Parts: sequence; structure tokens; C-alpha cells
Amino acid sequence: MECDVDGIKAKAEIMRSDIIEMTTSAGSGHPGGSLSAADFVAALYFNVMRHDPANPGWEDRDRFVLSKGHVAPVLYAALAESGYFPKEELATLRKLGSRLQGHPVRGKLPGVEMSTGSLGQGLSMACGIALAGKKDGKDYKTYCMLGDGELQSGQNWEAAMFASQFELGNLIAVVDRNRLQITGCTEETMSLEPLAEKWRSFGWNVIIIDGHNVKQILDACRKAGESKRNPVVIIMNTIKGKGVSFMEGNADFHGKVCNREEYSRATEELRKAIR
Amino acid sequence: MTGYKRIAQRNYYGKALVDIAADRSDVFVLDADLAGSTKTSEFLKVARDRFVECGIAEQNMIGVAAGLAASGKTVFASTFAIFATGRCWEQIRLAVAYPGLNVKIVATHSGISVGEDGASHQALEDIALMRALPNMTVISPADAYEAYRAVVAAAEWDGPVYIRMGRSEFPCVTEEDDIFVIGKAKVLRKGSDVTFIATGQMVSGCLEAAAKLEAEGISAEVVNMSTIKPLDRDTVLRSAEKTGCVVTAEEHSIIGGLGSAVAELLSEELPVPVKRIGTGDIFGESGSPDELFVKYNLTADDLAAAAKTVISRKESETE
Ligand SMILES: Cc1ncc(C[n+]2csc(CCOP(=O)(O)OP(=O)(O)O)c2C)c(N)n1
Ligand SMILES: [Mg+2]
Repeated sequence: MECDVDGIKAKAEIMRSDIIEMTTSAGSGHPGGSLSAADFVAALYFNVMRHDPANPGWEDRDRFVLSKGHVAPVLYAALAESGYFPKEELATLRKLGSRLQGHPVRGKLPGVEMSTGSLGQGLSMACGIALAGKKDGKDYKTYCMLGDGELQSGQNWEAAMFASQFELGNLIAVVDRNRLQITGCTEETMSLEPLAEKWRSFGWNVIIIDGHNVKQILDACRKAGESKRNPVVIIMNTIKGKGVSFMEGNADFHGKVCNREEYSRATEELRKAIR
Repeated sequence: MTGYKRIAQRNYYGKALVDIAADRSDVFVLDADLAGSTKTSEFLKVARDRFVECGIAEQNMIGVAAGLAASGKTVFASTFAIFATGRCWEQIRLAVAYPGLNVKIVATHSGISVGEDGASHQALEDIALMRALPNMTVISPADAYEAYRAVVAAAEWDGPVYIRMGRSEFPCVTEEDDIFVIGKAKVLRKGSDVTFIATGQMVSGCLEAAAKLEAEGISAEVVNMSTIKPLDRDTVLRSAEKTGCVVTAEEHSIIGGLGSAVAELLSEELPVPVKRIGTGDIFGESGSPDELFVKYNLTADDLAAAAKTVISRKESETE
């Protein structure tokens, strides 16, 4: 199912609403970083990636590794909306016996490529998937979404070195640059800047975009897809909590869900956005 | 458990750090983007200069802790148990344990009672990992009060210490003014038919199980083994000698934890029937702590049933 820009925007709003629904009903989870990633993840699943919900093990599918696994809700929302599993199952998030674990688990739910949740490990896994693609002569792409706070973890930079050493031009990392981690602002906690220069110096092509502008996301992915030897990182500037006014830019909603009153405000706002 | 106050251990960790901060200017506290959860944020409020936020970079945090300790500081380093012990194991081994430095690794969010976050966040192997390290002292307090005392004792102790705490609120089964000595277990309830040796919040489960058993005419002893390493051998042997059978209980894998430590000792010194209660050879999963305790057979009923099993084994052996 391939959507155009407006179609992707509509999907992202549906996913936002699903994120609020499922985290509220679970009573725990991470809405802030799920909402900031929603537009990009929607673009991946409803336009950019080659995938088949009816055949999640398809060898030639593009792969998506959610390294910042705490935002599992945005992944689950995209997978359900794509048809990997029934949407009603979203209501089971984080509950005993659910396939929708608090953090993604490979093998539990169709469409989940790798187990994540401990930050800093996903890019290495994505390197392995991309390397296998090259060795097997496959043309699939591997996408890996990273948190900006997550980049403080050293393993990312081991993976960054590896990807350029092995010329993983089929690997596309995306950094959700929402400038917040749990403690607060990333730059006050453990500064990442100059971030683009860091990636460039590790041999990566860097594309900087507005992560809530779907056209820019599509252009960036197209351009990234053309790289032959260099791995590409898309640094997307985003707003944590995007789409729910009181969550926007608010570190408190990193790992806190809506109470009753916040829930009705959030759903009201999102309903308007969906129209 | 009814009738007991329920408090999260990490709240008392924060409290202890604040109390220590006042008269110990050598104490530094490090965290890795989880200060609000581990409660080291309390120390930050009173000793900002000696609080070091390391960002999401746990391995680096342990190295920095070692360097500070090598320069005369007493360092508390905190994050969730799985990241502290799993992610950083070799850093702890080389930089902290081998030279025997004064780094106190206080980890919260251990065990399956982490709940909804699921397997990636539920440390069921941390005791095993830390216990395997030479020079490491391993403490798993029974409740918030004992957590406070363990932190104070660790600050006084010369050498590396690992203290394991939970996320949720546990029943407080010890007294606020009890005395805590590293390496000394406490018999919380005397009994003659079976011994429970428990650690962490499983101590309260064992007390509950002992009360249930009493109603059926079975007399169970309950030992709070809050220091897992060095293990209080005398207390284990004395109690096992008296009752002739043992159930161990921990919110941890039965591979490598308290149950293993006790079984190792008893099989060499005093072979008696032993049953280890803990999680099996599995990863955890999402769910509420209570649901997970039922699913993974960690409730007081499971403990009482295990007691009956070892008692019958003991009896069939003496027939
Ligand atoms: C290794 C590790 N350390 C700590 C955590 C706890 N944790 C979960 S989310 C988070 C902050 C992540 O911030 P960021 O990467 O910026 O994500 P986002 O803002 O997109 O939610 C932390 C510290 C973890 N999951 N893994
Ligand atoms: Mg962030």
C-alpha cells in the first residue's frame, strides 16, 4: 500500500491516535518519543519500504530496526495499520500474554525484526543485516531509528565505524533529534553537537531534515537510497510529543502516559488533526 | 502481605544518600539518565557538586567511577540492574572488582516485578553476574528499611559492593532501627520442620508462606539472606542442620543466584533436600508484577508447596 504525502500524513495522525489509546490503556509506556517519530515511521511503512504484511519473512523485504525500542507503540501502530496483525490487538500492549511487549521482541510479533529496549545496540544489529544483504547480493535496504540521547552510548560509534569500513551503502540510519532525553535537554545532559560533523567524520553521508515534513522525509529517503558505498544518516529535527499540545517539548511525557483528563484533551486534538 | 507498610526500596536509597552526603564529603554519586527513577536525584538536590550525570553511557560511567575511586572518592553508581550488571560486567570486573576499588553499584529495577517494560528491562541474572566476580560483595535487601541500612553500610565498607533493589513497593518486614551487618543473615522467624532462605522481596513471601504452613501444623524457619556474597555459611548450616530441608527464594533466575549459592554450600557440607524457588531458565515478559509472580510461581502458595515437597523428601529419606 503506497500512500502519497497527504496519505502518509493521514496515516501518521491515525498512528498518533493509536499511540495515545494504547499507552493510556496500558497505563505505562513512552508516548513522547513515539509521537516525535510517527511521521517518519509512517513514511517508511506507507511509502518508502518494500514490504509485505502478508509475508513478514520475505527475503527481499526492506528491514526496519527500532533501536530506541522504548517507542514500541509507534512501531506497533504502523505494523497494525499496515495489516501485520489485527488492530484490536493494540489494546493488549504491555499486558500479560500479549505479543505487544513493552519493548519489541523478535519472533513474538510479525514485522518486528530485532529485540531492542536496551539503548545503543540497534545500529550494530542493522549493520549485520545490511552486511548480510551485501554478502547475499540482495538489494534490500536496512533502516535503523536511533534516539538522540541514545547516541551517547558508545556502541553506536563502534557501529558507525563498522558501517563505513564495510561500505554499507544499503544502511540508512535516522536520528530522531527531538533534543530531549529523560533528564531533560540532551545538550545540557551530555552534549551531542556538532552531531552532523561527528557522523561525517565517521564516513557517513548526512542529510538534515524537518522530521515532521513528509515531503522532506520522502526526498531524504530517496536520496539516501541512491548511496552506493557510504552509509547514510538522516538527522531529523523533531518535537518530542508532536501532535499533542501539552506533550510537545515536554520531557515529562517521555515515560509518562495520559491521565483521564489529559487523555480526553489529547484525543480531542488528534481527532481534529485526522478530521 | 497485609499489615506491613509498603515502600519502594529506591526511595530509601535516595534518603540514605542524602543522609550520607552531609558528613561524607568524599562521596560521589553517578547516574546514567535515570536519576529520577533510581532516586539518586535526591543526592543531586543536596550535593550538586558531587553528582555526576553521565548520560546514556553506562560503561563509561563505571570507568569514571573507578577513576574517581582510585583518587580517593567513595563512589555510588546507579542505573537499572540489567544495564548496571549486564552491559557493564567486564568494566566492573576489570576496573572495579580486580583492583578492589570503592565503587558501590546500586541498581534499581531488578527482577520480574519491573513488570510492564518486559524482558529487556527485567534483570533475572544480576546476582549471578555479580556473585561470580572476585572481591565483589553482593547485597539484596529485603525491604526499604534494610535498603537504607545496606547503603549506609556500603559507604563504610572498604571495597566494591553491589546492592540490588526493586522498582515497586515491597512490604517492610524489618524494623527501621534494626542493625545491619554485611555478611550476616537474620533469622526472622524460628521453626523446626523446614528452612526458608530468602532474599529481596521474597523474604516477605516466605514469612507469609510460613504463616500459612503454621496453620497446617508445619513449623517453618525464615532466614533473611540479605548478603548473598559473602554467604553467611554458619546461619545456613545451623538452620539446615536443625530442620533438615531447605527452600531458597529469590526474584531471580535459579541459575547462579542465592539458590545456587546455598545449594553449593549444602551439597559440600551438609546434603539435605533443597528446592530453589525463582525464575527458571527463561526470559521475563510484560505484565503486572502480581500477575508475573503468579505466572512464574513466586507466590506464598508456591513457597508453601515447595516447603511441603522438601519436607516429604526429607521424610522419605529417613524412612
Ligand atoms: C542502555 C540503556 N540505558 C538506559 C535506558 C533507559 N532509557 C529508556 S529511554 C531513555 C532516554 C532515551 O532518550 P532518547 O534516545 O533521546 O529517546 P527519545 O527522546 O526519542 O524518546 C533512557 C535513558 C535504556 N533503555 N537503555
Ligand atoms: Mg530524544
